[in-house]
Amino acid sequence: MIEVRELRREFKVATSKGLRRNYKTVTAVDGVTFGVEAGEAVGYVGPNGAGKSTTIKMLTGILVPTSGHIQVSGVDPAKERRDLAKRIGVVFGQRSQLWWDLPLKDSFDLLKSIYRVSARDYGVRLEECVELLGLQELLMTPVRQLSLGQRMRGEITAALLHAPELLVLDEPTIGLDLESKERLREFLKDINTRRGTTLLLTTHDLDDIERLCPRLMVIDHGRVLADGPLDELRAEVTPERELVIDLREPGPAPDVPGVTAVRSEANGMRHHLTFRRAETTAAQLITQVVRQVEVHDLAVVEPQIDDVVRKLYQREVAQDVHR
Amino acid sequence: MLAGMTTNVVFGLLRVAILVAALKAANGEIADYDVAATNTYVWIGQGLLGFVLLWGNNELAERVRSGDVVVDLYRPWHLQGALLAEDIGRGGYAFLTRLAPPAVFGMLLFPFQFPAHAHQWPLFGVSAVIALVTSFGVRFLVELSAFWLIDNRGLYGFWNVTSGLLCGLTVPIAFFPEWAREVLWMTPFPALLQAPIDVFLGHGNVVKLLLYQLFWAAAVLAIGHFALQRAVRKVVVQGG
Repeated sequence: MIEVRELRREFKVATSKGLRRNYKTVTAVDGVTFGVEAGEAVGYVGPNGAGKSTTIKMLTGILVPTSGHIQVSGVDPAKERRDLAKRIGVVFGQRSQLWWDLPLKDSFDLLKSIYRVSARDYGVRLEECVELLGLQELLMTPVRQLSLGQRMRGEITAALLHAPELLVLDEPTIGLDLESKERLREFLKDINTRRGTTLLLTTHDLDDIERLCPRLMVIDHGRVLADGPLDELRAEVTPERELVIDLREPGPAPDVPGVTAVRSEANGMRHHLTFRRAETTAAQLITQVVRQVEVHDLAVVEPQIDDVVRKLYQREVAQDVHR
Repeated sequence: MLAGMTTNVVFGLLRVAILVAALKAANGEIADYDVAATNTYVWIGQGLLGFVLLWGNNELAERVRSGDVVVDLYRPWHLQGALLAEDIGRGGYAFLTRLAPPAVFGMLLFPFQFPAHAHQWPLFGVSAVIALVTSFGVRFLVELSAFWLIDNRGLYGFWNVTSGLLCGLTVPIAFFPEWAREVLWMTPFPALLQAPIDVFLGHGNVVKLLLYQLFWAAAVLAIGHFALQRAVRKVVVQGG
């Protein structure tokens, strides 16, 4: 579906000093290579300014790459932008493709004509989206009167009316409350699994990834830092897990081989034991702990996806320092 | 709509008063314009102003500046063609609300020079539509400059100030000295306003006027098309 090789994009940035104007070249995307198969759901994450949106704009043909090769849905985006536009859907969380002063339904009707969707297909697709996203009451409301959550549901419907093979979402859940986010994820998951629509989404909300994307790509400073299934990345980057134990009586932490770090809380009532999952299993550890102290409660904590991503960024910084 | 209509009529009254006073000082006629022709020139001009939309709203330029233009660019359409279609649709509405009212107002209340031949009416319609297309083409170029300038309000303001004089809104192009007339008729500006008025009044050769307009409509649209292609190749989307 998507094929990207050694993609680069540079920008000229003016740096003014008095009346003189100098230009400095900034590389936003620096040799990115990846592929996405049809039907995949890929999360594309990275800090602000990492090059996510720039990549997306090149994938949709809006920006022309400085160098490198891109193919989306079998075409070169920048050369065949209009052709590609008919086959992909794009949602920018911070921009609107709906007509501000028109009722939602009128925007959809206009898009039907712009994308030349047949009346029958249009009817079926619109009905499906309206039902799943709960838009029945909102169709006659002008877009300017919709809340952000309602508008996002409208935006996603607008992007799906022409049944795109690929749906690109640039921060689709930005600014939404928890319930609206959940509803959107539910819907996206559904169209990915049931309709087989390929999803590529950028986000800062890692719950989006956890819920939606089996595959995660992390980018920073224009380079891909990691690419793979979330579980694998988690095992690779954060090999340590944590066992939290609550004791019946305050006391010192149990001394167990294989535990690399200990932190205590609440006057010795609670202890955090960190262990490497490659060296010892949680079961072995628990057995040993229970032998030494009387345990009231215990829990094994998986690293949060945020930690995984933070570690990936840190690893990059560390490598930069060594270079 | 009502505000636009009223403004057009009020300014029409002012312009008629000034131009007729000038005519009286010049013994009743300046360069083919007597009192009736002058009234006609003013009222048709006031109507055309809103119809061809000499001064746009700079909306595309604002969208370039804010970066929202990405949304316009990823649609499967030719942006210039889509906006032209929108502008022609606007023209249909403006015909009823902006062109007809001042024209009828002038016809009923002032000495008015109606076309001498019936065929001038449809020809005026054709000329007015070409003027609208040309006006769109020029506005599109002014707005497109935002891709290079980021903030094109200077150019937009300059266009708003000078276009009235160059298009024959302030005074008929015929009032200009000969050298200025010759230069202006080599530019697209009279095609936006003076040409349809001349067709209505029967000034000059209708065929020549229409061909002149067609040439400039095609030229500004073609320039706009190529400028858009260049703009898209160098586009830098503002605001992430």
